[in-house]
Amino acid sequence: MIGNTQTVVQANGLGLTFRTNDGPVVALTDVDLTIKKGEFVSFIGPSGCGKTTFLRVIADLEQPTSGTISINGMTPEQARHARAYGYVFQAAALYPWRTIDRNIALPLEIIGLSKAEQQERIKRTMDLVELSGFEHKYPWQLSGGMQQRASIARALAFDADLLLMDEPFGALDEIVRDHLNQQLLKLWARTQKTICFVTHSIPEAVYLSTRIVVMSPRPGRVTDVIESTLPHERPLDIRETPEFLEIAARVRDGLRAGHSYDD
Amino acid sequence: MTSLRSKIIPVLTLLAGLVVLWYAFAVYMNAPFQRDLDRRAGEAPGIVEFIGKTLSQPKPTVPAPHQVATNFFENTFLRNVTSNRSLVYHAWVTLSSTLLGFAFGTVLGIVIAVGIVHVTTLDRSLMPWIITSQTIPILAVAPMIIVVLAAVGITGIVPKALISTYLSFFPVAVGMVKGLRSPEKMHLDLMRTYNSSKTQTFWKLRVPASVPYLFTSMQVAVAASLVGAIVGELPTGATAGIGAKLLLGSYYSQTIDMWSALVAGSVVAALLVTIVGLVGQAVQRSMGGRPA
Repeated sequence: MIGNTQTVVQANGLGLTFRTNDGPVVALTDVDLTIKKGEFVSFIGPSGCGKTTFLRVIADLEQPTSGTISINGMTPEQARHARAYGYVFQAAALYPWRTIDRNIALPLEIIGLSKAEQQERIKRTMDLVELSGFEHKYPWQLSGGMQQRASIARALAFDADLLLMDEPFGALDEIVRDHLNQQLLKLWARTQKTICFVTHSIPEAVYLSTRIVVMSPRPGRVTDVIESTLPHERPLDIRETPEFLEIAARVRDGLRAGHSYDD
Repeated sequence: MTSLRSKIIPVLTLLAGLVVLWYAFAVYMNAPFQRDLDRRAGEAPGIVEFIGKTLSQPKPTVPAPHQVATNFFENTFLRNVTSNRSLVYHAWVTLSSTLLGFAFGTVLGIVIAVGIVHVTTLDRSLMPWIITSQTIPILAVAPMIIVVLAAVGITGIVPKALISTYLSFFPVAVGMVKGLRSPEKMHLDLMRTYNSSKTQTFWKLRVPASVPYLFTSMQVAVAASLVGAIVGELPTGATAGIGAKLLLGSYYSQTIDMWSALVAGSVVAALLVTIVGLVGQAVQRSMGGRPA
């Protein structure tokens, strides 16, 4: 990533407080973060630490109550209007009445692409996530892992440079998850996208990321940002190397520190 | 074969039980009149002959199943369908206004639901009125609709159809409000991340998501439409239709005719509900519904 210093996400003193019937709930407080083009940034922390909220703020699905945030130099709303990002949710969120290829076509129809362009992108992204041959299946005919891959293909077809992923593999078993993690890294290397990835799995965060943002709850805040020293090429067994375990230990320490603060 | 065992046999068993009860009830209800007749004629029939007589009166209090069945069969299959003695003819008259009213009601219900889902003012103001409209007894409203419309020169099938509309728009409106609001938050968020317009979200998400709700409420609505059409025939002095047949039967104590008109009405209702259900299943299958 030499020479790639373009800032994609810039947050300064970002805070978000939800007004609820039980009084205000501080979801995020004082988050300062800069994400550069081509980075793979993981957000890790226990539930309630605001990692998903932060992703939703980037996506203009939640409004911050203090501080500033910009995406490619724009406000989140402008970025959303400019269709600057693709979003992958916790569940595949495929429309059950559409076949897989029609699901991937959904954002393309909304942008108003021609049929030919739609076909080209569907084919390309289905190849990327290795789902070719399943174009005309309905979502229920696919396994959970395949559904989630289809939803990644849908986000990729959108062809934004920023990919926001909210615990996309959280509901999958470990074998499928390992496989998808490998695929995701390959995909990231091939597409050069910037990826923000929310997870609560330490190995997953360490395996995937160039940078790990450790967060802690009540109030949701960033407690540590860890630069990964792992090489870009990452076979699965890199997870047994001392280097990997060292980073994982630091993440674990960060998470524990955040917790003890609370008790 | 499993559907035969699990569905048809239980239904037939229950039906057989009901027929036996019906016969017993018919004997019990018709016996006083028969005893009266026998006393005047000075006859003293045996028990079997007496029961036979109670089940073959021309104008019984409660007609026996076979009397209704015979009447129904004759008036359905043995009459020219254009004759006003044919049940097919009467059923068609009622059915045509049922279908027209059902079509109006479905469209009206959908329009109201779309309004309620998209316009906050309508959401707050319309629902109480819609619910109130259904608490007014249709028997009271029907004559007024027909008299008022006749006064402005609208007669024939339309006033009857409007009574069907009055009954059938309600389930469709309520069902469609629920259906159009059924998409999960995640599906709506997804549309938002695409910066999709309200119209796009409506056609690509809300409408397809509401289809199962639409057909369920249409099944209720079509049955209500039939009731509306029959009720609409009562105050008009209509000479044709299942409602008219019921009314005439009650004027002349032709109980068997009334009962067979009732059976005709039930058959039409069952057919309508089944057809709407089958269309719904076909549509949902074409939309990738998982076979049950």
